[in-house]
Amino acid sequence: MRELIKRFRYHLAVFFAVVGPGFITAVVDNDSGGIYTYSAAGARYGYLPLWTLLPITVALIIIQEMSSRMGAVTGKGLSDLIREEFGLRITFLLMGVLVLANLTNVMAEFAGVASSLELFHISRYVSVPLAAFAVWFLVVKGSYQSVEKIFLFACVFYVTYVISGFLVKPDWKEAALYSVKPVLLFEPGYIYMLIGMVGTTIAPWMQFYLQAAVVEKGVTAKEYLKSRVEVVVGCFMTSVIAFFIIVACAGAIYSVRPRDIQDASEAALGLKPFGEYAFLLFSAGLFNASIFAACILPLSTAYSVCEGLGFEAGVSKRMKDAPIFYSLYTLLIVVGAGVVLIPSFPLVQMILLSQVLNGILLPFVLIFMVLLINKVDIMGEWTNSRSFNIISWATVVIMIGLTLALVGITVRGMH
Amino acid sequence: MAENFLYFTELLSMPVVDLKGRRIGRVKDAAMVPLVHASRIDRLLVGGTDAWLAIRFDQVHTISLAKGIELSEEVLVPYHDDEYLLRIARDLLDQQIIDVTGRKVVRVNDITMSILFDGVRDTLNVVDVDIGVRSILRRVFQGVLPPAWIRRLQGPIPPNSISWEFANVVEPDPLRRLRLNISYTKLEQMHPADLADIVEELGPAEREAIFETIDSEAAADALSEVEDPKMQASILESLEPEKAADIVEEMAPDEAADILSELEEETSEEILEEMDSAPKTEVRELLEFREDTAGGMMNTEYVALHDGATVADAMSAFRGNEDLLETLNTLFLVDSEERLAASIPMARLFIASGIARLKDLASDTLIQVTVDEKQDRVTELFDKYNLLTLPVVDEDGKLAGVITADDVISVLRQK
Repeated sequence: MRELIKRFRYHLAVFFAVVGPGFITAVVDNDSGGIYTYSAAGARYGYLPLWTLLPITVALIIIQEMSSRMGAVTGKGLSDLIREEFGLRITFLLMGVLVLANLTNVMAEFAGVASSLELFHISRYVSVPLAAFAVWFLVVKGSYQSVEKIFLFACVFYVTYVISGFLVKPDWKEAALYSVKPVLLFEPGYIYMLIGMVGTTIAPWMQFYLQAAVVEKGVTAKEYLKSRVEVVVGCFMTSVIAFFIIVACAGAIYSVRPRDIQDASEAALGLKPFGEYAFLLFSAGLFNASIFAACILPLSTAYSVCEGLGFEAGVSKRMKDAPIFYSLYTLLIVVGAGVVLIPSFPLVQMILLSQVLNGILLPFVLIFMVLLINKVDIMGEWTNSRSFNIISWATVVIMIGLTLALVGITVRGMH
Repeated sequence: MAENFLYFTELLSMPVVDLKGRRIGRVKDAAMVPLVHASRIDRLLVGGTDAWLAIRFDQVHTISLAKGIELSEEVLVPYHDDEYLLRIARDLLDQQIIDVTGRKVVRVNDITMSILFDGVRDTLNVVDVDIGVRSILRRVFQGVLPPAWIRRLQGPIPPNSISWEFANVVEPDPLRRLRLNISYTKLEQMHPADLADIVEELGPAEREAIFETIDSEAAADALSEVEDPKMQASILESLEPEKAADIVEEMAPDEAADILSELEEETSEEILEEMDSAPKTEVRELLEFREDTAGGMMNTEYVALHDGATVADAMSAFRGNEDLLETLNTLFLVDSEERLAASIPMARLFIASGIARLKDLASDTLIQVTVDEKQDRVTELFDKYNLLTLPVVDEDGKLAGVITADDVISVLRQK
C-alpha cells in the first residue's frame, strides 16, 4: 500500500513537472483576435457555429501533440530542427515572414488591450504604454519558471468567459443541440466565418512557442506521455472557452437582433443589458487575453528567430550576451504598442495583413513539422505511426486548404 | 598570404575543370579525414552528369575564386560514403558545435578555408568556423549574387568566427566519434560550471554523448553544476548504469543522493548496485532522509576528532583527508559516545600551538540541528548566526553530517 502511494506521488509529481507549455499555448490561442472571431460568430449566427468547435479541437490536438512530442524527444526548438534539416536560407525566409506576421499579431493584441480598457474609461495613451512596459519588464527581469507561473495564473482568468456565459442566461438546450449538429448554410458570410474560426485557432507561432516551451521546461521523452495528456486537456479548455464566448454573444446579441460586430469590445457592450457583471467580466477577459498574448508573442518570436539563426537567446541570458534576442524582443513590443497610439494608423488592414501572412506561413510550418517528425535520425522510435501519419497529413491538408481560402477571401476584401 | 582564403559557400558549386580544360562538374561538398589530418580538406565531392566523383586533395592543381578548380590527374573515382569522412555541408553546416574558448554552443553558418600552395598544388585548410551576421549574409545570397559582390557587401559587417582548433564537433554516435577522431579532452579542462552551461544548451542525445565520453571526475563536477535537478536525473538515466555509478561515486554524497532521489526507484537502485561499497552506504543513508529536511540537505564530508585531541592531532587528520581541504572551514569534536561536543573554526588553529587542546579553541555556543529539522529553519539559522557550516545530529545527538553555505544557497536559488 505504501509502495502504491509512493508510486502515485511520483506520477503526480511528474505530471506537475510537465504541466505548463501545452496548457498555456492552447489557452493563449484565444487571444484578442480569437475572441473577436468567436464573438462575431455568436453575434451573427447564434448557436449555429458551435459544432465546428469539435473538429477544431481534434485538429488542434493532432498538431499540438506533434509539436510537444518533437520538443520532448529532440530537446530542440522547431526553428532549430528546420535549420538543421532544411538549411539556413529557408530558415531565414521563414523567420522573416514569422517576424512580420507576429509583429502584426502583436499590434492586434495591444489594440485589444487599448479597446478593452477603454470600456473601463482608461485612455489608451495611458494603458498601452503601461502595458507595453509591464510586458517588457516581466520577461526581461523574470526567469522562465516565474514567467510560466504568471502565465498559468493568467489562464485562470479565462473563467470570466464561462461566468459571463452563464450570466447572459442563454438557451442551453439550443447550445447543446448545435454543439453536435453540423449546420452548413451556403451563404458567403457563414462560410467565411467558419474558415475564420479554424484559421485563428491554428497559428504558426504557436507551434514554435509550444515546442520551445516544452524544451525549456526540460520535458523528456519518458515523461512525454504526461505531456500528451496536458496537451489534450489544454485543447479542450480552449474549446470550452470558445464555446462560452459564442454562447454569451448568441444569448446577448443574436437573440435580440442578429448583427455584425466590428470588434470584441462591441461584443462586451452588447452584454451590458444582461447586467453590469456580464459586461465587466467579458471586458476583463478580453484585457487578460490580449495582454497575455502580448507577453508571449514577442518572446516566442525572438526565441524562434535567434535559435534558428544561431544567435544566443533566452530570458536567463544577460542583455550583453544576447543582444539580438533582446533587441528583437524590445522592437516587437515598442513597434507593436506604438502603432496603436498613432491616430490614423490603418490597424484593421494590419490585422488583415497578419491573417494573410499567417496563412502563407502555416503550410510551410505544418509540412516541415510532418516531414521532421517522420525522420528516424531525429525522432528515433518516436516517429509518427502509419495511421497517425494519415490523420496528420489529412489534417494538414485540410488546414492548409482552409487557411488559403481565408487568405483568398481576405485579399479580395482588402481591395 | 592572408588574403588567400575561400569560404565554403564559395567553394560550393565552383566549377571543376580537368587537364584538357573540360568542365566535369561542380563542387557539391567537401570532406576532411580527421584521422589523417585535422584541418586539411581531403576530398572534394563533385557532382557530374550522373554520380558524384570524389577528388583527392593531391589530384588538384590550382584553386581560385576566378577560375575554379583545375585538376592535375585524369583518373577519378566515384564517391561512395566513407565513414571516416567528415563532410562539411552534411555534417558541419547548420549543426551545433562547442566553442571551447568562448565556452558556448554555436551554430555553424559557414567555414573559412585558406588556400595554401605547398610547392606542387593548392590545398584547402579549414581555418575558422563562421558564426554571426556576416556569414548569414553569405549563406542567404550564396548562388544569388556573384561571390565578388558578396565579399564587397559583407565588408562593413565585423567578422564573427571561432578558430577551428577550438571548435568541438558533437557526435552522438560513439562509433562515428572514433572514426572521426572526435575527443572531448578539451571539454574536461573547462570549468565545470561552464561545461554545465554548454550541456544545458544541447539536446538530450548530445548531452549523453558528452557525459559518456569525458572522464568520470569531470563529468561528476559538471553534473553537480547543472542547475535543473530534472535534467541532472535525465542525464544519469541516459547513461549505462556502470558509467552512471562511476560518476556518482565522484560526486559529493549529498549531491549524489539528491540526484538519485529524483530518479525512479529501479533506476537509482541499478546505479547504486554498480557503486563501490563505501560511497554506496553513505549515499544510501542520505537517501533515507526527506529532501526538505536537514538530513536531506546535509553531506557527510566533515572532519571530527575526539574531544581530547590537540592541534597536532587535527593537522595529521587533515593530512589523511586532503581532498576535503578545499571547502573545509570547521572542525568538530565528539565525545566517547560519538555525540557532538564542540565546533572549532579552522582559522583558530593557525594561531594556536601544536600542543594546544582543541577544546579550548571551540566556539562559545554550539549551534546544531537534528536530521529531521525543516529546511526553512536551517536557512533561518544560517542567516541569523552567519554560519558557514552547520552540524546535523541524529536523535541520539551523534554527528550525522554537516550542511554548508553552498547547500543553503542552492536551496534558496531554487525557490
